[in-house]
Amino acid sequence: MTAATTMMDQPRGGPADRIGSFARDNAWSLGLLGFLAVLLGFTKFVNPDYGLDSLQGTATSVLPLALAAVAQAVVVISGGIDLSVSSQMALTSCIAATLMKGYPGEDVAVGIVILVLFIGLLLGAINGALVVLTKVPDIVVTLSTFFVWAGFALLVSPAPGGSAAHWLTDLVVGSLGVSWLPKAAILLIVLVALIWVPLSRSRLGLSLYAIGSNPLAAFRSGVAVNRTKFLSYVITGLIAAFAGLSLTALTGSGTPVPESTYVLISIAAVVLGGVSLAGGIGGVFGPIVAVIVLQLIRDDMTFMQVDSNYGLVAQGLILIGVLMVGSLIQQRRSRA
Amino acid sequence: MTAATSTVGGNRWFSASTWRNLLRDYPIVPLTILLAVLVVLADILQPGLVNLSWVTATVRQAAVLGILAGCQTLTMLTGGIDLSVGYIASMAGFVTATFVHQPGGWPMGIAVSLVAAALAGLVSGVGIGIFKVHPLIVTLGMGLVVFGFANVWQLQSVQTGSGVPVEIRTIGSGTLGALPNDLLVFVPVAIVLILLLKRTGYGRMLYAIGDNPIAARLSGVRSWQVLVVLYALSGVLAGIAGLVQSGLSNTASVTLVQPYLLPSVAAAVIGGTSILGGRGGYSGTIIGALILTVLGSVLSIVLPEPWRQVVFGSLVVLVAAAYTRVTAEA
Repeated sequence: MTAATTMMDQPRGGPADRIGSFARDNAWSLGLLGFLAVLLGFTKFVNPDYGLDSLQGTATSVLPLALAAVAQAVVVISGGIDLSVSSQMALTSCIAATLMKGYPGEDVAVGIVILVLFIGLLLGAINGALVVLTKVPDIVVTLSTFFVWAGFALLVSPAPGGSAAHWLTDLVVGSLGVSWLPKAAILLIVLVALIWVPLSRSRLGLSLYAIGSNPLAAFRSGVAVNRTKFLSYVITGLIAAFAGLSLTALTGSGTPVPESTYVLISIAAVVLGGVSLAGGIGGVFGPIVAVIVLQLIRDDMTFMQVDSNYGLVAQGLILIGVLMVGSLIQQRRSRA
Repeated sequence: MTAATSTVGGNRWFSASTWRNLLRDYPIVPLTILLAVLVVLADILQPGLVNLSWVTATVRQAAVLGILAGCQTLTMLTGGIDLSVGYIASMAGFVTATFVHQPGGWPMGIAVSLVAAALAGLVSGVGIGIFKVHPLIVTLGMGLVVFGFANVWQLQSVQTGSGVPVEIRTIGSGTLGALPNDLLVFVPVAIVLILLLKRTGYGRMLYAIGDNPIAARLSGVRSWQVLVVLYALSGVLAGIAGLVQSGLSNTASVTLVQPYLLPSVAAAVIGGTSILGGRGGYSGTIIGALILTVLGSVLSIVLPEPWRQVVFGSLVVLVAAAYTRVTAEA
């Protein structure tokens, strides 16, 4: 979990050294990928019918949560937390579904999607402005805005309803050409490639890590701490809006009551994915893998006809257990 | 901005810094004023509302919220938080209800549910104190575990049937003269918590750990023991809150108390306990719980549900912001 620190210390050597240092830097993610591979094997074992085609179902069901985890990861990396992600998703999803029902038409829907993304930016901007201007701890601010967004969602659509444009649904449901290439996974990769990859390589991306790692050091090195913090919430808002749109696309409607487990699972996935809650360490790749792992565990249990509630128990225990082991290893290492 | 620099002339009783210090050292004074204003506002908005039965109903709701906010106050003092209280409390109420037709009856139910609550808290405490995992995550995970087990228990107990025991209902919704019975639970809890924080070494250790964990360790505080006990205690408190709530609403479900989770954090914050640790107390939290309950009551007079949530959230941010501004030690 010391990716950021070792990255600075490693001298650039030959290819073998590079592979070695890559493995060290990404040990947590690689371990998680290994775990995912084992889990996929196990899935195939308990459910021989689970083939490449089934990946599509998994990818589709994981999409909103994966986007929520990415949104959460951005703000956690910069040392904050956003407990209002799930109600941001509910609000943007409701606005999209309600507008698309009120103003049908495939072309109009493009405008609606753009509008909803702007609303996502706005929600994130309000969160960020409150955190930066009031200096109230981020947990308290986003806890409060959780209520505010959820209230607005109920105002927009008092009951679940609305509809989604066909092209929007087509974008996430189904597969691309060959049956084992789920559109949802492609969409996720494209979104991450369009938002996160350029961001993490930019000045702003470096600033996000800097203020998460040590705000004072970042300030003294000339990073505009407040502005960066504000922007981290704005980016989270934008990605949460994408997550909300994916909900609308998948269900063809908007549900005003935020799914209470989304926030919890998004934080769980972020931490399982190797992002430190203290900030400054991690990426968005780990959290996405973690979301898939958590989903597969539940799917497997459903298939093994274990009471689905044990799925919750397992998710919780895995979350606590993995972190305990991770923390123990870290303590041992720092003591040595 | 210390008191000395900001008192530039003027009558010191009316200077900003005097108020600032008052707010910082005795947050309970302005909070009580705010509470009084809200009560008056409620009576203006709906004349005749504030009567004995309204007070009783308000105190009842605030008692449950207050006990849960106690969990948050104690854990927040050490720089932690307990997000499992909603599910633990619901579990306690539900499990007790399923024991009505079982051997042992309701006392057995209470015993089992409180032991389970303590156990859940204990495991959280081990994760936080010994393995040093962030409290937010541990209690989050523990919440999922408890919720899952409660659901399993629910499926197991469908055949046997359940119901909130009469004794619990008496505590939750009966009255003793003019006083609601649940004060019989709340007042002792409040006294124990206030004394624990103000008069015992354990209480001081909670402040010490939250204020500066390294200094606390260097002065010989065994943080892990303190934290393990703390989260177990928090679990038991949540269990008690769940029992009271199930008696109050005469229902038992595995999500009954979950809606109180976020307000319980808000009540502690409004009551002046810093989420960063080391500052606060339980008396402020009690007023915070009352303020939130009265606020909910006022809002329900004038606004429909969606707007109520919007205003509720905005006000919590506003109060917290005012608080941070006034008490900021720059």
